[in-house]
Amino acid sequence: MTLTLDLAKRKERSPFIVQTVFLGVGLACLLLAPLFFYPVFLMKLLCFALFACAFNLLLGYTGLLSFGHAAFFGGAAYFTAHAVKEWGVPPELGILVGVFGAALLGAVIGFFAIRRQGIYFAMITLALAQMFYFFCLQSGFTRGEDGIQSVPRGHLLGVIDLLQPTNMYYFVLTVFVIGIAIIWRIINSPFGMVLKSIRENETRAVSLGYSVRNYKLAAFVMSAALTGLAGGLKALVFQFATLTDVSWQMSGEVILMTLLGGIGTLIGPIFGAGLVVTLQNYLATSEFPVTIITGVVFMVCVLLFRRGIVGEFYNSRLGRKLGFEHRHKH
Amino acid sequence: MAVATPLVNEAPRVVLSARGLRRDFGGFTAVKDVDLDVHHARVHALIGPNGAGKTTVFNLLTKFLQPTHGTITLLGEDITKTAPDKVARMGLVRSFQISAVFPHLTVLDNVRVALQRPNRLATQFWKPLSALDALNGKAEELIRSVGLEKEVNAVAADLSYGRKRVLEIATTLALEPKVLLLDEPMAGMGHEDVGMVAEIIREVARERAVLMVEHNLSVVATLCHHVTVLQRGEILAEGDYATVSEDPRVRTAYMGTEETS
Repeated sequence: MTLTLDLAKRKERSPFIVQTVFLGVGLACLLLAPLFFYPVFLMKLLCFALFACAFNLLLGYTGLLSFGHAAFFGGAAYFTAHAVKEWGVPPELGILVGVFGAALLGAVIGFFAIRRQGIYFAMITLALAQMFYFFCLQSGFTRGEDGIQSVPRGHLLGVIDLLQPTNMYYFVLTVFVIGIAIIWRIINSPFGMVLKSIRENETRAVSLGYSVRNYKLAAFVMSAALTGLAGGLKALVFQFATLTDVSWQMSGEVILMTLLGGIGTLIGPIFGAGLVVTLQNYLATSEFPVTIITGVVFMVCVLLFRRGIVGEFYNSRLGRKLGFEHRHKH
Repeated sequence: MAVATPLVNEAPRVVLSARGLRRDFGGFTAVKDVDLDVHHARVHALIGPNGAGKTTVFNLLTKFLQPTHGTITLLGEDITKTAPDKVARMGLVRSFQISAVFPHLTVLDNVRVALQRPNRLATQFWKPLSALDALNGKAEELIRSVGLEKEVNAVAADLSYGRKRVLEIATTLALEPKVLLLDEPMAGMGHEDVGMVAEIIREVARERAVLMVEHNLSVVATLCHHVTVLQRGEILAEGDYATVSEDPRVRTAYMGTEETS
């Protein structure tokens, strides 16, 4: 018996090395990226990548399709922008305000949504997020159609000037890495294991005595809070918070990014977000309508790579050889 | 094989009981006025033709369905209005007719997930997965007790049907239930597995109550102390196997002849 378990551990070791190498290369790329790319573009990419990963915590690891995550993303952007601009709090605290605001919003929306499953769950999240959208449209502190403009980036810890693009980039990268690390920890924790079991067979989880609703609500709030981290960060990067980020199109976009990259993989959504943001950026100046192109890309991906780009790689021969075997049913 | 005698000689106490259990689906009554007493250290079989309402009774007892009428008592507590996960935490654990495992988890992980909650290792989102290694000892013991030690690292979806059922029993036992409800535990199993599972159930029933739905009558005859026959949602006959099998109404129900008793 102990023999079989030892075998299992030995089998895991070489993929661990491969994955560490991949991780190192990825981090090095991100550290050097501002030398080659426009920092604001990179920061936008990181914000959306974090957003998609936070969303995937719910879709990929708990099996809940939320169609209202824009409320947390855009909501946090408003909260952070307001805190930094009107209360004059430092940027790091402003982001925390966004995170807590989004978590609170997540607790309220989640409380109602988790009572239903499947498409009903998605519709309730959509409806409540739309309510929040109209609240943002009417409320005084969001300044309606104008949004909150010229948000100061401020000084990190009172010393580092974030108006400097390079400083801001490394700040965003640090927050991004922390966010991903938190998601990784949640997924690979005893709690994450229970989430997986709920995704796999909810009835069985209930019969094992798990109060599935509480676990789902906890996952929902965590996902909302991490989405808030991305949203607050974005408000500081662009120095404004507008209705775009709370609109339902944003909720749709994050679903697109996650599916493109590969649901249920940690880094898939990062690639998905990268692809969508890059397309949007390059096509913004061309004559082609962006939505049609992203729509076509999405259709091609759904038809050809059902598991998403990263999901397909994990399942390919090379991926399996490198030990990225990925088990998720579609 | 003779019916196993319980470990203790005292009069068996009732651990799970239902009174006047009824469930309507629209105009159809799936279960009607069912009284049931499940005793500690006894194997109780629930048999009856297809559509007799056996699984509905299971769903009612475990509160996956809410009864239209009637009361259910578990270990002296009224659970008629209790949520299913709470019922499971109180010690009434069930298996399912369609084998319920977590298909993309390994055998070891399936058992560990079941062990997590009773061992208070379920809500920690800040701890690494290796924290669950603390459960390996217990998990191995359970896996060995059902003879799955060779498949410990296999993914549950890759197991044969019979092995999946055995795994489900192991995860059910992981909760150390006081009352075990098994929905057709031997269905679709090979001959050898049937013998092994019967042995496991016999062993398990020394310290807990078992209520099982089973179609294999020879298993029922050798394993069960008490048999309840359901037909069209109502209790047709009750007693030990010998009594029940002699009952002409039961024979009619099982032979499927049209004559009415």
